[in-house]
Amino acid sequence: MSQTLLTSITIFVLAVFLGFELISRVPTLLHTPLMSGTNAIHGIVLVGAMLIAGSADSTLEQVLAFVAVVFATINVVGGFLVTDRMLEMFKRRPEERE
Amino acid sequence: MIFAVSQTTIDVAYLVASVCLILGIKRLSSPATARSGNVVAAVGMGIAVVFTLASPEIGSYWLIAAGVAVGTVVGVASARLVKMTAMPQMVALFNGVGGGAAALIAAAEFHRLTPGAEHVVPESMGAMLFSMLIGSISFSGSVVAFAKLQELLPGRPIVFAGQQVVNGLLFAGLLAAGAVAGVTEAGVWAVVLIAGSLLFGVLLVFPIGGADMPVVISLLNAFTGLAAASTGFVLENTALIIGGTLVGASGTLLTVLMGRAMNRSLANVLFGAFGAAAPSAAGAAAEAEAKSYREITGEDAAVMLAYASRVVIVPGYGLAVAQAQHGVRELADLLERRGVDVKYAIHPVAGRMPGHMNVLLAEANVPYPQLYDMENINPEFPRTDVALVIGANDVTNPAAREDPESPLYGMPILNVDQAANVVVLKRSMSPGFAGIDNDLFYRPNTAMLFGDAKESVEKLIAAVKAA
Repeated sequence: MSQTLLTSITIFVLAVFLGFELISRVPTLLHTPLMSGTNAIHGIVLVGAMLIAGSADSTLEQVLAFVAVVFATINVVGGFLVTDRMLEMFKRRPEERE
Repeated sequence: MIFAVSQTTIDVAYLVASVCLILGIKRLSSPATARSGNVVAAVGMGIAVVFTLASPEIGSYWLIAAGVAVGTVVGVASARLVKMTAMPQMVALFNGVGGGAAALIAAAEFHRLTPGAEHVVPESMGAMLFSMLIGSISFSGSVVAFAKLQELLPGRPIVFAGQQVVNGLLFAGLLAAGAVAGVTEAGVWAVVLIAGSLLFGVLLVFPIGGADMPVVISLLNAFTGLAAASTGFVLENTALIIGGTLVGASGTLLTVLMGRAMNRSLANVLFGAFGAAAPSAAGAAAEAEAKSYREITGEDAAVMLAYASRVVIVPGYGLAVAQAQHGVRELADLLERRGVDVKYAIHPVAGRMPGHMNVLLAEANVPYPQLYDMENINPEFPRTDVALVIGANDVTNPAAREDPESPLYGMPILNVDQAANVVVLKRSMSPGFAGIDNDLFYRPNTAMLFGDAKESVEKLIAAVKAA
């Protein structure tokens, strides 16, 4: 096993534990925004899509990479905006009630 | 190249980005900090993207620029234009394209590396095949989930004989195709793997009923996270591994938490074909005809509410569809001004996603302290004068508590039947999304107010004002 792979696996395992710990005490109220927010975060595949698109040389690779960039961008941009729209509604406190 | 920087600089930027993503998720899990958490995560994403652009590996920018431009237009437009009620299916769709992107990246890498002079290293090949498999399943599964929630496909489970055997054989076939693709490094087997995975995703979500859709979307969200992490192994990119794995792990836990709220295991959700065991729709409808229920006018219901001392409002998907949340808040305000104690009972899976009702009611400025979780409100029902059920169905079905034969048996429900009076706002007597008849409607203390939830609520408001 190469050193790079071992480092990657170490990062992976630590991230698994961290992911579990981070959301273990989430109120039901936030389940939907949290799902939507983490949904935006896996849009990090955009980084991979850009690396592929920047170095693609055959036509097939270019097509695949282009669609991947479009898809990943939709995931990132749409994901964060939709989450923000959901959370915006929690911001206003009902101060006007008597 | 606009500005080339060293790989070390990029790796440091990825570290900063990862910290932002972690802090973002952490802040997202508390109501007070949630919105800033989303912003922090977005900033982290921005850092990762900008520094990736500076990578020496990138030789040309036009494909990236074009792709990002198209994706941004589509993403912004769909996120801005979508209605609050259609949010769950939008999340499903955004999730699907993420999975699709992971599969495409792996496919492009496979094409670039094979056939080469040397064999691809096994771990890299394994990660590529895994990305194709999981990414494709997530893509097609999410599209089917979207179509079901958007009612382009029937929401009830679509089942056929021997389905689980077919799924099992197909999955075994996929593993075999993946193994052959890995050993022979032949593109045709990669295509077979992707096509088969897409089909598997469709078959996986087809038999799952609408009531379980939130759990499935959450599961597919975790899948996409894992697919993204796997592309990180292919490209040896730490930002991808960390971002993807965080979502994979937290998404899995979120899925388990949701399943627990419904008292059902993940296996049960995936393979149980919820609702399929119940009588067919026609059968349920015919049975409903036979049993008798009581209908009530808006005026009578309004009087009942206006002179009650304790009212609990139980919102469900019908409220979301009819956009009745503002009306409901107005009704609650009117009642409170008359001295009625009003509370909202939120079932963990009411609507189409956990927290769906919270979002809608928050949009209508309903004060947060008035919303009660199932555990906190259930002891209140025996002391409640009127339980006002607005477009909720399966989450109030007493069969879940009483009838071991019911497919719902064991699912925790809101015990609205214990209230002195129950008023159910519903369009018709048709069974709920899970396709199961609701015994609540035939109880002697239950009265039905038929019509669109928004119109019915407006009728109640007018009548309460007059009362």
